[in-house]
Amino acid sequence: MTSATVNDVANNANSIVSDVNQSNNKSLGAMLGKSLPDACRKFDPRNMVHNPVMFIVWVGAAFLTLLGIFQIFDGSLANGEPVYFTWIVAVVLWLTVLFANLAEAVAEGRGKAQADALRKTRTTTPAHIVKGYDEKNDPDARGPEKGEGSAYIEEIPSSDLKLGDVVVVAAGELIPGDGDIISGIASVDESAITGESAPVIRESGGDRSSVTGGTRVLSDRIVVRITQKPGESFVDKMIALVEGANRQKTPNEIALDVLLSSLTIIFLVVVLCINPQASSVDASVSLTVLIALLVCLIPTTIGALLSAIGIAGMDRLVQRNVLATSGRAIEAAGDVTTLLLDKTGTITYGNRQASEFHALPGVDHAEMVKAAALSSLADSTPEGQSIVALAKTEGFDLDEVPGAVDVAFTAETRMSGLDLPNGDRIRKGATSAVEAWIDKEGGTMTVEVRDALHEKVNFISGQGGTPLVVAEQYANGEVKVLGVVQLKDVVKKGLKERFADLRKMGIRTVMVTGDNPLTAKAIAKEAGVDDFIAEAKPEDKLAYIKKEQANGQLVAMTGDGTNDAPALAQSDVGVAMNSGTSAAKEAGNMVDLDSDPTKLIDIVQIGKQLLITRGALTTFSIANDVAKYFAIIPAMFMEKFPGLGVLNIMGLHSSLSAVLSAIIFNAIIIVLLIPLALKGVKYRAEASEKILGRNLSIYGLGGIAAPFVGIWIIDLFVRLIPGF
Amino acid sequence: MVYLFAIMAFALIAIILAAIYKPLGDYMYNVVTSDKDLFFEKWIYRIVGVDSKKGQTWKAYLRALLGFSLLSVLVLYLLQRVQQWLPFSLGFPNVEGPLAFNTAASFVTNTNWQSYSPDVTLGYTVQFAGLTVQNFVSAAVGIAVAIALVRGIAWRKSETIGNFWVDLTRITLRILMPIAIVMGVILIALGVAQNFAGFVDVNTVAGGTQKIMQGPVASQEVIKELGTNGGGFFNANSSHPYENPNMWTNLIEILLMLCIPVALTRTFGRMVGDIRQGYALLGAMVILFGASFFFVVTAESFSVDPITTLTGGSMEGKETRFGIVWSGLFGTTSTSTSTGAVNSMHDSYTALGGMMYMLNMMLGEVSPGGVGAGLYGILVMAIVAVFIAGLMVGRTPEYIGKKIGPREMKMASLYFLVMPITVVAGVALSFAVPFARQSIFDTSLNNSGSHGFSEVVYAFTSAANNNGSAFAGITADTPWLDTMLGLAVLLGRFLPIALVIALAGSLAKQDKVPETSGTMKTDNGLFVVLLVFVIVLISALTFFPTLALGPLAEGLVA
Repeated sequence: MTSATVNDVANNANSIVSDVNQSNNKSLGAMLGKSLPDACRKFDPRNMVHNPVMFIVWVGAAFLTLLGIFQIFDGSLANGEPVYFTWIVAVVLWLTVLFANLAEAVAEGRGKAQADALRKTRTTTPAHIVKGYDEKNDPDARGPEKGEGSAYIEEIPSSDLKLGDVVVVAAGELIPGDGDIISGIASVDESAITGESAPVIRESGGDRSSVTGGTRVLSDRIVVRITQKPGESFVDKMIALVEGANRQKTPNEIALDVLLSSLTIIFLVVVLCINPQASSVDASVSLTVLIALLVCLIPTTIGALLSAIGIAGMDRLVQRNVLATSGRAIEAAGDVTTLLLDKTGTITYGNRQASEFHALPGVDHAEMVKAAALSSLADSTPEGQSIVALAKTEGFDLDEVPGAVDVAFTAETRMSGLDLPNGDRIRKGATSAVEAWIDKEGGTMTVEVRDALHEKVNFISGQGGTPLVVAEQYANGEVKVLGVVQLKDVVKKGLKERFADLRKMGIRTVMVTGDNPLTAKAIAKEAGVDDFIAEAKPEDKLAYIKKEQANGQLVAMTGDGTNDAPALAQSDVGVAMNSGTSAAKEAGNMVDLDSDPTKLIDIVQIGKQLLITRGALTTFSIANDVAKYFAIIPAMFMEKFPGLGVLNIMGLHSSLSAVLSAIIFNAIIIVLLIPLALKGVKYRAEASEKILGRNLSIYGLGGIAAPFVGIWIIDLFVRLIPGF
Repeated sequence: MVYLFAIMAFALIAIILAAIYKPLGDYMYNVVTSDKDLFFEKWIYRIVGVDSKKGQTWKAYLRALLGFSLLSVLVLYLLQRVQQWLPFSLGFPNVEGPLAFNTAASFVTNTNWQSYSPDVTLGYTVQFAGLTVQNFVSAAVGIAVAIALVRGIAWRKSETIGNFWVDLTRITLRILMPIAIVMGVILIALGVAQNFAGFVDVNTVAGGTQKIMQGPVASQEVIKELGTNGGGFFNANSSHPYENPNMWTNLIEILLMLCIPVALTRTFGRMVGDIRQGYALLGAMVILFGASFFFVVTAESFSVDPITTLTGGSMEGKETRFGIVWSGLFGTTSTSTSTGAVNSMHDSYTALGGMMYMLNMMLGEVSPGGVGAGLYGILVMAIVAVFIAGLMVGRTPEYIGKKIGPREMKMASLYFLVMPITVVAGVALSFAVPFARQSIFDTSLNNSGSHGFSEVVYAFTSAANNNGSAFAGITADTPWLDTMLGLAVLLGRFLPIALVIALAGSLAKQDKVPETSGTMKTDNGLFVVLLVFVIVLISALTFFPTLALGPLAEGLVA
């Protein structure tokens, strides 16, 4: 299925981080600069109102700007503070809003670049539409040359194509729209969407029939039925996704919004109530300080970064060549508790490899190995090559025998072999095939030999291997069974550790295979998966998913065939392979452009990383409030109650410098955290307590401590402003 | 020395509660989960027309609860309004309308704020048949709400959250009544008054004569503490020798206040099938309670005024038979539960000591809180804590297998909005509205400056948290405060209850997410610390400015 993409699984995890790092290192400054115009556009209050926390800051800044203007004309409004105090605070608040907009714009900007590249593929191309397509008599749509009743071909712009139209695409042409091949086979260059330069084979029927608009046919000629509506092509959807055009808030984001809004409401009430309360003891606080306090208390840090975190999460998937149809799917990926993994291509390499030679009793081991290796020399299949390679490790480095005739594998004989010039004939194949051959050649097997052979074969099957029986007919007509080559599924390197990591994260892995239960069990054990489904049919997958979900589990799977579609739709995270059918792609909520099923594990980690980042910055933001209170509250009332100076533990210079330092910190921290929001918090596969403990100490305790230090340092500079 | 004494007192309480914890928690678990109705309960259901086997949706449950509470207010109001025609009225006249309403609302909400002086206002019938009955059923309502929320957490894919009438009946008759009867007898044996003697003329030591009221004190005293009600038979409450004559009764009254809220965490653990979950909540309660108690003892023993410290600390407003430690323990218990009973006058504490009592209430009364109210309060905070920090394990937040989604968060967020906004806005309006300001300064306050301000803050905090204790220096029987505090009492009780029942409904509908090693653990020390942080942080952030103007301004000296 996907033998082309044999990524070293173990490296994948590291590469997520390094990929993102690389794109990040494109200098944050440059990225911020580039996004500045977009950020400024977001000042529109109609846009701001979607983010209640930052909208409050916006209103506060606007109010203080007006207040600053009035103070120029009426100095008494300044409440004894320097006139420029209000101005400076207003500027800092505007900057706070700007930084929040910038965070979002930078995150969106990264997607925009990808969208632009995709958009280039969406140019209108001429499409050769088949009018009156006759599936029965003329499946290839050869047209009039075939004679009566046939279709004729007309050229129209690809933008005019409708759902269900049939088009013909020849070598060298661009495929005009998404569709399924209904006739023909072709190699297709899909680099425009996947970035993978090696061409892929697409053919009618089966699970590799879907083609994507904008990709180019390199060889042959195919007939394609269009499966998209105009303007809703796969590329269109991709563009919308990476641009975040119709990005909807995920349930968790909505819930977080509720919490942040509630905190904002509480602090709004608290701040509104300060002056009435203070009036009871003949104290009062200026409007400027009150608004500064409000902005400090409401969770601006997370409010500013929340949408950037979500967009960046999508972006991390896109960089791994995975497209999610919604942010919700990524969140679900973080919650997944069961992974359904196809054996072939995901857990094992696509091909079996020889792992051991078993000579039958009474047969010279060397003879058996030699025969097996000789007959495989001309065999170009990976299995054949692996037999030669294994023989070499045992010291049998053989050259081709001149004059020997190669007997290729046929579906009829189900054997391959070699006829030597001296008349000896070597055959290898499945047990039943070789036994049939021996019978046909008039050979006999003693009961002992037969029993010994069956014992070996059963032993190999029990180990999860595939037995390949080797027999030889000597020139004298005598037939002899030499032994059995053990072929085995090779489990990809590093997977066992990876599955152990998943187990630590509380995720069960389930292997899905068509093998018999005995073989499946052995491979499952070797790969270290928690469970397996043997002799699996697509319905079994669906049934398994339903069973898991009934127990409250969230299931993720990959699939490519049309008959995978129901299971993909049922699963909580369904990753369709881009090489698969369009039915599968419709059913899943993610598409992997590389068609690499192993990536499911990365997707889960990206989901978790997104959630952790969101939680870490929320915790940090709320924890920050402690220090800001200690900066501003003493500053507000110290004049009236000198005793409150005890609470000024940072030793801030004056009440004005304390207030200003706090809001400057509040603004700067947003910019400082943009890289973290985009990059995501570092994630290691560990049990939840460890992850929580570490993140709580970094972002919780750190969130309490950091502003104490930050505000103190800022105050050292702010106090130099005359009048502060 | 005072610390050694404090530690011993704390340990004594802890040991006794530890002994009660399991049997009482398990007993309550059996009562609320049992399928069987007792024979007298069957009669009650038949008379009221309730099918005890039929569960209610959260809406039906809430309707029943609110209907019952409304009826209770009306009955209690009427009893007071016709008092003079009732037997055993001791000759007291009918209670005036506004005051009768205030008292009715206050007792039905488990607040027991007393704008009146009971010894000169209410006769036996009202006290006994009105107030004492409400002391039982208002406590049962609180426990029922908590049980409904726990069912929401424990049950899977359920449309119902239990039956209010069954919960109310069982909790009253099987939990509160038996304990009250047994402990009432013990209190009587230890010297708490219980008679119908009315006013007695006594020749005092100084040679004068005094009219002293007596009555069925013990029966009301026991449920006053057990149901975390707090409304005293006498104005002096538990500092009155008829209510709380000696150290033994003092100890028992503290234990009565704490036993149900503490043991409910066990009931909770049993119901969700993991007693460690209950221990975690209890852990957070103990940390908050312990910190508060030792803070008060410190504030009272080591004053900024050296003479006070030298003479053994501030004894103003405290009974000599209890001293600082047992007064502090009683006060901490009373303000940490929603009782509001006092054995010392909180207004006379040092500024910081008094602040601690306010803070106990400002935390939302979760350490361990009122009967039921404490449990559902801390559960909501646990949900908020899980939501904030839970994301950091890389999964969308869940608490004991239930996802905390937008709807759950809406309920939880509104819950923690209600109390702080009621308090802060109530205080602010009292000084911002001109006629209110005048009424506060001219009539209500006898102290000026920060201390007077603290008294107003205490009053609103106590009302909105259904505590009912007072910084006694304030005159609360004014049109403004009667109205506003009455409003605060009702909002502070029924809005949160409605939100909790709705939360229970939405949790019950969910399936349970199985626990894996990737699940955030909510039964370990880390979670306890986190929960304490979140509780303290949210209330500290809300009330810091208010406290800075009141007790902090008064208590901190440059």
